[in-house]
Amino acid sequence: MPEQLAYTIEVFLNGLMAGVLYALVALGFVLIYKASGIFNYAQGVMALFAAMTLVGIQNGQVPFAHLINAIFGTDVHKFGWSVHSFVAIALTVVVMIGLAWAVQRFVFRHLVGQEAIILFMATIGLAYLLEGVADLMWGSELKALDVCAAEGVCLPQGLNSWIDETTFETFGYGFFIDNLDIVASIVAAILVVGLVMFAQYTKQGRAMRAVADDHQAALSVGVSLNFIWILVWSLAGFVALVAGIMWGAKSGVQFSLSLIALKALPVLMLGGFTSIPGAIVGGLIIGVGEKLFEFLIGAPFLGGATENWFAYMLALLFLVFRPQGLFGERIIERV
Amino acid sequence: MFYREAGDFNTSYAEDQQTFPIKFDRYRYYVVLFIAIVVVPFTVNDYWVNSIFMPFLIYTIAAIGLNILVGYCGQVSLGTGGFMAVGAYACYKLMTAMPEVSMFIHVLLAGVITAAVGVLFGLPSLRIKGFYLAVATLAAQFFLVWLFNRFPWFYNYSASGQINAPERDTFGIIITGPSTEAWAAYAFCLVFTIFSAYVARNLTRGSVGRKWMAIRDMDIAAEIIGVNPLRAKLTAFAVSSFFIGISGALFFAIYLGAVEVGEAFGIQKSFLVLFMIIIGGLGSIFGSFAGAAFLVLLPVALKVVGVDLLGWPTDIVAHLQLVIVGLLIIVFLIAEPHGIAQLWRVAKDKLRLWPFPH
Repeated sequence: MPEQLAYTIEVFLNGLMAGVLYALVALGFVLIYKASGIFNYAQGVMALFAAMTLVGIQNGQVPFAHLINAIFGTDVHKFGWSVHSFVAIALTVVVMIGLAWAVQRFVFRHLVGQEAIILFMATIGLAYLLEGVADLMWGSELKALDVCAAEGVCLPQGLNSWIDETTFETFGYGFFIDNLDIVASIVAAILVVGLVMFAQYTKQGRAMRAVADDHQAALSVGVSLNFIWILVWSLAGFVALVAGIMWGAKSGVQFSLSLIALKALPVLMLGGFTSIPGAIVGGLIIGVGEKLFEFLIGAPFLGGATENWFAYMLALLFLVFRPQGLFGERIIERV
Repeated sequence: MFYREAGDFNTSYAEDQQTFPIKFDRYRYYVVLFIAIVVVPFTVNDYWVNSIFMPFLIYTIAAIGLNILVGYCGQVSLGTGGFMAVGAYACYKLMTAMPEVSMFIHVLLAGVITAAVGVLFGLPSLRIKGFYLAVATLAAQFFLVWLFNRFPWFYNYSASGQINAPERDTFGIIITGPSTEAWAAYAFCLVFTIFSAYVARNLTRGSVGRKWMAIRDMDIAAEIIGVNPLRAKLTAFAVSSFFIGISGALFFAIYLGAVEVGEAFGIQKSFLVLFMIIIGGLGSIFGSFAGAAFLVLLPVALKVVGVDLLGWPTDIVAHLQLVIVGLLIIVFLIAEPHGIAQLWRVAKDKLRLWPFPH
């Protein structure tokens, strides 16, 4: 196999893996947008918040330690225990559900019936608020995140040596594929299947779809909008937690984690704001597209770092021909 | 008592069409202008100019520009930072290419160049609407920043990748570079702020502005009654980018003096200006001023209270600032989605009836 082709395939595969991670973030957006028409810019910060909370609980950090120390002149930092990963994840889920309730109760309940742009602004405000709270609570320094089922059984890091060896034997060129990416893909697949099953076969899932379809009709058959919205925000919080774990394990938990939201936006544009399969397919297209573009055109001819904007340009070009995205609902406009 | 139209009889068309038809407003406007032009330049010191007046004036121009696009024409844009960068780099290239030309010309030309770029990135708005458009403008943001970072021609092949404003003057007064006097920089920015506000105010009162508002309120209906959406949207992008370009040029040349594009004109800047017009009031020139003043003063006030009075560490104050800005935005949106401008309108309505409301 020619070397250039082998490289390209490797880049393609890595693009697919990156795309899965983008899709994971985009999924949270889609859930909320579908059910409530809110374009939740805070999704990225929610992932950051979830990851920070997880690390904080795992390490037994005292919340707001820095602030408390500054006000009362004390010197507290840690409780001195460490929590098992699964317990910590469960606790973080509880925190995210609490957050969903608070967001619904204190922000969006007061904004019912406002224009979409106002709701969008509110989520940007929420993003700032959450980021500030997360930093105050757990400190803004870079933290390592590692989720372990038991001693020594953690999220895998580094390249997958099995794939490397096998491909080397068959093609004469070893593919470099990150273990973590493989795990992330599997988790994302499970998550998507789980979400679809939930939406199709459970009572709450059906209610959720009803609300997404038509608020008033759902209300009139006795679906509680409040409950559904809290449910949806909790689900989005859970998705954010999963995304936060995956990204956090990859590159540490820090502010830049919240910027993955910006990576998810072109995915949404491409896939359509209202479609779960769209988020997945869009994520894969964007992931593969930007990696291949960088590899084939960006790095050799344009000085590199084209990943920052290529996804947006791709989505933009795409939208000019199909304004509702790949799988979005057809936009019908009436006066 | 003071604030009413009653008894104010207009006897000519000029009077009828003046910018501030109510006497009180007019005098208030003259007083503000008087203070800004005559009093402030002779009383300010470096600290006030650099930390309050200049950012306020420059952000006001950017906010007016964005307000035209978002508030008047209804096209949500998140590309402000990128367009400011275009203004800054255009100004830099002009300054270094033609040192003898007055800075006024450079800044205006930078605005014109930004307007052209703005129209280019505004083209998709003819097909894409709403949030899809907002996200699409992010393409401009990231692409432009990347462009200025990657191609050394834009920063004249300087080793640091930064652009530094060389010393330039206008009418013999130095206004860029380290030896600039505070009042000169202030006055230079003030001229552009007054110019922008005046132009924007009168554009939005005229047929162009009415077309923008028709497009904002319902684009299909506007099209049916004869507004050309292509022209309306692209003029909005052009005018908006023109102002944003001016503000970017001033931000670089007068205010900062040296700029690293990703840091000065990143996505955060786009959001900051957007917040200004949201908090100030969409579709209001006064709102642009109020929002810019609010968000320029807030960090300064928080820093004074937090660091200087309470003695907290700066990182806590920085985090608290995020919390407070976020909270304020949410509270504002809940309490008054139309911003400070609406509060001012309500106050004026009360004033009309004062002191006998019934």
